[in-house]
Amino acid sequence: MPDVFPPDTVRCDACPVLCYIKRGHAGACDRYANVEGQLVRVDPHILLDRAKSQGTPLVPFLEREGDWDGKIMKGRETFVTAIGAGTTYPDYKPAPFIVSSEVEGVDMVTVVTEGIFSYCGVKLKIDTDRHLGPERNLVRAQGEPVGHVTTAEYGSQMLSLGGVHHLTGGSKSEGRVTCETLLELCNGKEVELTIDEGAGVRVAAGKPPVVNGQREERMRVGCGSATIGMFAKQWFGKVDDVVVVDDHITGVLSEHQAGKLLGVRETGIAIHGRRSTPGRYFQVAEPGTGWGGTNISDPLAILKPFKPKFAWPHLRLLMVSTTGEQFAYYELDEALRPVEKELPEALKESVGRIRENCEPALTTVLFMGGAGGSLRAGVTENPVKLTDSVKRKLTRVTCGGASAYIWPGGGITFMVDVTRMPENAFGYVPTPALVAPIEFTLKKNDYALLGGHMDYVRTLGDVLKEKERQRQVVSHVQNPWPLKPFTGSSES
Amino acid sequence: MREPALIRMLPDGRRMHLHDGPIDLILEANGGPHAVSAAYEAAARRFVSILDELCDELPLLRQPARITSECARGVVARRMFAAVEPYCKDCFITPMAAVAGSVAEEILEAMTAVADLDRAYVNNGGDIAVHLGDRQSYKIGMVERPEHPSLFGHLEITSVDPVRGIATSGWRGRSFSLGIADAVTVLADCAAAADAAATVIANAVNLPDHSGVTRVPAREISPDSDLGERLVTRGVEPLSQLEIGTAIDSGVRSATLLRERGLIHSAALCLQKCVRVLPSFSTKSERNGREGFSGPSAPEFHAELELSGRTDPHA
Repeated sequence: MPDVFPPDTVRCDACPVLCYIKRGHAGACDRYANVEGQLVRVDPHILLDRAKSQGTPLVPFLEREGDWDGKIMKGRETFVTAIGAGTTYPDYKPAPFIVSSEVEGVDMVTVVTEGIFSYCGVKLKIDTDRHLGPERNLVRAQGEPVGHVTTAEYGSQMLSLGGVHHLTGGSKSEGRVTCETLLELCNGKEVELTIDEGAGVRVAAGKPPVVNGQREERMRVGCGSATIGMFAKQWFGKVDDVVVVDDHITGVLSEHQAGKLLGVRETGIAIHGRRSTPGRYFQVAEPGTGWGGTNISDPLAILKPFKPKFAWPHLRLLMVSTTGEQFAYYELDEALRPVEKELPEALKESVGRIRENCEPALTTVLFMGGAGGSLRAGVTENPVKLTDSVKRKLTRVTCGGASAYIWPGGGITFMVDVTRMPENAFGYVPTPALVAPIEFTLKKNDYALLGGHMDYVRTLGDVLKEKERQRQVVSHVQNPWPLKPFTGSSES
Repeated sequence: MREPALIRMLPDGRRMHLHDGPIDLILEANGGPHAVSAAYEAAARRFVSILDELCDELPLLRQPARITSECARGVVARRMFAAVEPYCKDCFITPMAAVAGSVAEEILEAMTAVADLDRAYVNNGGDIAVHLGDRQSYKIGMVERPEHPSLFGHLEITSVDPVRGIATSGWRGRSFSLGIADAVTVLADCAAAADAAATVIANAVNLPDHSGVTRVPAREISPDSDLGERLVTRGVEPLSQLEIGTAIDSGVRSATLLRERGLIHSAALCLQKCVRVLPSFSTKSERNGREGFSGPSAPEFHAELELSGRTDPHA
């Protein structure tokens, strides 16, 4: 191994070859290169193709119908994404590609650049009622803190990962592992995470989460109380009482408003936990990965003894979780003790229906980042005008052709569903920071007005000539076509 | 950070794509459906550890080869040593000259070990290991420059030919060459042998000290190159017919020598639109007119060569 390298030689750690790469050169794989002293992935530049391929309808049917021009197929349209386009960092220079094209009679410009994001992260929505860990607790990958548990949402646990404090504010290995975790998640790969005082999860964008080794199949249909409301009619007459076990709100049919309205007889059933309103109980057990997101595996554990004053021998009791995945059927014996029996046919349907009404549980990954100074300077000489134009919806922001949600307020802070983007759209630099594609599309005259780099605008046809490093991929079927002209205008 | 190996079927549903770091393989097996899926599974299983095995002994593999090949631990590394050993007395060569062919061969062997296949190939960026069952054959097309996939020739190998390895080397490829050949394609018993021989012959196609050839010390481009301070070709200006002839002659002499030593079966050399082919020495093939190279046509392998998009003279 050579001992002395020029100062900006980088060592690539994308594979065990560990190439030393000099400025301006690529490694042995030709996929990673040293650009301005930074290790950058130089995969082919991705172009989105609106035309159909492999028989998949790519243009939503209604959109086609509205502006169908009588031809069998619309002409092939191409959108230049920023994936593999390169970056402006660290110099303040025009974006690598500023592409003009005429779309439906309107001159459009797309400014295409890969952004280096040290302020970025992912928001994970994990569809499960299982308790993953207390809110605010650390989420770790390979033992390093990479994020935390944040506010739970309906039927889902939320994790917030990444951010500048983990990327650059902690130890070197915390930053490296955080960057690696974000990159894997953004590129659709599976990642293993553990939560302090909580569960271990394996998650990948668009796939069911695996909690403590158990694959999550379905989201709950509603909280325990809501489930009682939804199914009370179907249970009435077939069973004397129903308990829907839920870590959030456990519901009891005979006490619940829905049961009362139907005239369900009082059973005197008593449940551990704190009663909120009749038939609705909080904290029937500890949170966990058992029934309905509690820590229990035997549902009878939440019941107090039945009292002779209300209950009667042969009383029929159904206990079920909010996903219908767990259920048990009991009848009381002469001493009013519940005895487990096989679920009667008449109740199987309702349990099945709870399950049917639960949507498939998924992990969804939203990348969130903020477009900083050098990135915006690559678009216009007057960066604040770009922010303004985005806010006024004159400029459309996409990431690899997928539409981005722009957070209101200052700056250009955006979120994007990584599954809408072409595969392996993200890269990283060893700073550590993530490299994400970002495209700004607007009318050509609007671009001139906001101080765009008009001298660098090239036609689409000109860009398409550089075939050697380009790859055409098909646009995601659910993405709106990023080049569709806006109806608004800046002449106001 | 380490990227995981990529294992996938190509959109055509027939060919498999394996990628890890600098290794990029396209492979295809033909045979009964069970045999084919067993072969693909075996290929993927073998593939996932190959890069790590090689990198474990990378410093050794980057040293000039000597007769003592036993010092390599890995199976692939030993294939590399065996392939370059015949050359190590006469010229500078490191086992890395045969890395691509050796990897292709290793994967092919993993496939044929578990399944009875009609035929199969593993294409590692232009260095191809081939398996042919009884009465099977492959047509192979050759391109002179990966970015301009126009065929300069094609060949057919059949089960009765001794050829099971094909490799191409040249200065335009992904790796460095000491010579000026655009492409040298070699047929040999196995892919590792073809890979090493293609490197040696491509290095021999040369015009030493010619002012129209730009040469740069390998380490100036790639600091950890096994070629060290040796000058590698980075550009060749248009040459006169006489110069082209001189350079190709030198390559043909080298190839002829290798063929006489039984190291290769045939070779095609290409420099600035001029193509020279070593007549095949196998009498059987000459009689049948099968083995060896012939003019352009539309062979089956065209797509593979185009897809891999690169030759691999000296990985």
